[in-house]
Amino acid sequence: MTVRVQREDFDVGAEVTRLRLARPDTGAIAAFVGQVRDLNEGSRVSTLTLEHYPGMTEKSLEAIVARARQRWDIFEALVIHRIGELRPTDQIVLVVVSGAHRGEAFAACEFIMDYLKTEAPFWKKESTPQGERWVDARTSDEAARQRWGSQLHDL
Amino acid sequence: MLKVLYFARLRESLGLAGEELPLPEGVDSVAALMAWLATRGGVWQREFAGKHLLRAAVNQDLVAETATIQPGDEVAFFPPVTGG
Repeated sequence: MTVRVQREDFDVGAEVTRLRLARPDTGAIAAFVGQVRDLNEGSRVSTLTLEHYPGMTEKSLEAIVARARQRWDIFEALVIHRIGELRPTDQIVLVVVSGAHRGEAFAACEFIMDYLKTEAPFWKKESTPQGERWVDARTSDEAARQRWGSQLHDL
Repeated sequence: MLKVLYFARLRESLGLAGEELPLPEGVDSVAALMAWLATRGGVWQREFAGKHLLRAAVNQDLVAETATIQPGDEVAFFPPVTGG
């Protein structure tokens, strides 16, 4: 499976090894891991709850991976995103891309993350000493995605 | 019928995760549906005709507010996404 949305944690080493061994002509693996921080916007974060739109989430991530495949000559791509209640230092997201050389793998990995952050239907709610609050979208994420040019959907 | 879903902060604010409703008379786009929902007043007015930025999806694809809708569609409204 290219895309997984799950409550359970994931094993980065096992996933990287699986992609590494999938094809003997693989020369490069790029991996990104996102984790829960204990501090956001100046407040201590005790838990982070991730909500998503079942069905659309998977569809959107598959479309982002397909777009990366069209743009770069990569071999395999994997996206795992967790949902539910997480705590500081928990892993949230994993993107792994394999290819013949590092250039395509690095670029495709970053492209997938930039689109995931701005188009995949996930929402974070954090619990802080001041109470619960929904995390606001960052304009820096939008700017990061715009570096790649056109959007998946013309909004 | 139309299936309408609400997520995250919007779902909490409206106190509703989703509903099924007959396509209202004269409503043929996402923007028109938003204007129609706003006429319910109160929190609906604030969310759908206020300053909050909302995104929309039709049949699980992100769309612009100009996107057309028809009976049988699944329309979702939500705040800008914050995954990753």
